[in-house]
Amino acid sequence: MQQLTRNGVVIDNTFAEAFGMRATAIVITAPTLGWARQAAITMTGYATSVIGCGCEAAIDVDLPESKTPDGRPGCRVMIFAMGTDELQKQLKSRLGQCVLTSPGSACFAGLEGSAPLDLGNALRYFGDGWQISKKFGGRHYWRVPVMDGEFLCEATTGLTKNAVGGGNLLFLAADNAKALHAAERAVAAIGKVPGAIMPFPGGVVRSGSKVGGKYKGMMASTNDAFAPTLRGVVNSALTPDVNAVLEVVIDGETSDAVAAAMRAGLKAVIDLGPKRGALRISAGNYGGKLGKFHYHLKDLLP
Amino acid sequence: MKALTFSLLAEPEERLDLSGLTPAALAGLTALQIAKLRIGTGRNPVLAGDILKITGKDADSLVVEGSSSRLDKVGSRMIGGSIRVTGNVGNQAGREMSGGSLIIEGGAGDHAGSGMSGGRIEIKGNAGDNIGGPLAGEIVGMEGGVLIVNGKAGNYAGDRLRRGVIAILKGCGDYAGYRMIAGTIVVKGRVGAMPGYLMKRGSLLFDRRPENLVPTFMPCGEPDIAFSDLFDRFLVDEKILARPLLGQKPGRYGGDNAVSGKGEILFRRGR
Repeated sequence: MQQLTRNGVVIDNTFAEAFGMRATAIVITAPTLGWARQAAITMTGYATSVIGCGCEAAIDVDLPESKTPDGRPGCRVMIFAMGTDELQKQLKSRLGQCVLTSPGSACFAGLEGSAPLDLGNALRYFGDGWQISKKFGGRHYWRVPVMDGEFLCEATTGLTKNAVGGGNLLFLAADNAKALHAAERAVAAIGKVPGAIMPFPGGVVRSGSKVGGKYKGMMASTNDAFAPTLRGVVNSALTPDVNAVLEVVIDGETSDAVAAAMRAGLKAVIDLGPKRGALRISAGNYGGKLGKFHYHLKDLLP
Repeated sequence: MKALTFSLLAEPEERLDLSGLTPAALAGLTALQIAKLRIGTGRNPVLAGDILKITGKDADSLVVEGSSSRLDKVGSRMIGGSIRVTGNVGNQAGREMSGGSLIIEGGAGDHAGSGMSGGRIEIKGNAGDNIGGPLAGEIVGMEGGVLIVNGKAGNYAGDRLRRGVIAILKGCGDYAGYRMIAGTIVVKGRVGAMPGYLMKRGSLLFDRRPENLVPTFMPCGEPDIAFSDLFDRFLVDEKILARPLLGQKPGRYGGDNAVSGKGEILFRRGR
């Protein structure tokens, strides 16, 4: 494989392979940013991968008071799924169990999309007849009486069919601490890119997978080519100096958002250099046949 | 292109029905055709050209220059474009309007915005009784849009309101929100007797604690609700008010319990 080097970090001449997804976004507000984030974190828990969770979700950005519809601090949450029905199902149940229940929360549309998805329209029945519908300024809201006042929720949010899931970067380092350091730098940089989320724990995944496995029914199994303990016994992608690999997976509202996020992550880790972070940066793909979107690392270098 | 302008030449001797003079109805008509439109309501009705001087061409933005309480149904059934009246108008201004903008720089008579379902009416002066309300025999009043009265409004403001926003900036008469079905009425200034009488649902938003309430309205505390901030922002963003109306933690009454009791009066506390 041809290689490039930037600031002493080797860049594989490869690409990340990503898929078209359906996505939506909501804005959650609360009396404090802490409680808005709490509702968002609860809602996006167990949403790392569509393989097992039904959706992928995370906080996109925090919003100051001046940028939210009700003038309270909040954050924008993005949710990705493979189909519209699954996305609606996940949105409804997560909203009902995690945001409606969170103290002082309110919820608004976070995306003007091609089609509506129900928010308050799905939850209003919790009001048991005391829910209040309000239409003004071209928008529709539901007010549901709850024990600390009211849950205010916009009736619908938007759906986009232009979302992309599965952009990724692999950081190959001399040891775990350095791999983690590199991944943390990448997560911090990508966190600032609007419209892109990293659904895995803290944005980082250590159990990168390949498609299928030796056992029947396994949709995905360990990425043995990148597992350092198997370096000697399988057809490994790792050189002898690599002892730990971490991956950052990115879902974006658009293909451009994924590219911008990967560019930001690459720059952060290249700037960190090989002594403190990654020796090598690679990306995961399936040979280019499964995913519609290919992000070549050489095109995204700083 | 200059706005199509109707200048009132003299005080009309009969009530005029201006419902035919809307941007959609006049689009593509020549000045001569417009002059032949019948706008009088008497036995020998006057034509538009008899009493109005017609200048300009752009029918999408109409101007009525003049002031008379006999100018009825200005902007009635309007679906788009804009109409501006430089003076007072008569009854039923903007009746059954569904879109566009109607600005009345003077005052308006009774039933302004009656049965409107969209668009925006702004009355700079005072308005009469039953703004937004239904005519006799009709089941619902206003069903959408925004109706702003910068002065005072008379009695029965928002009678049978079903959707949309009515904002009255210098107080109103008795029975505001009478028989309301839903929707929102904002009143800044003094509110007359029995606001919300027989309202089923909907919101009355006041800048002060209401006096003379019907006994079937019950106090519901001072809830900290996000809706008050959201609606305050809407009022300021739409340039209806310069400053927030309700503030945080508004007082609340629920009612009218003589009917379903799902309506509310929210008001700014401390006044």
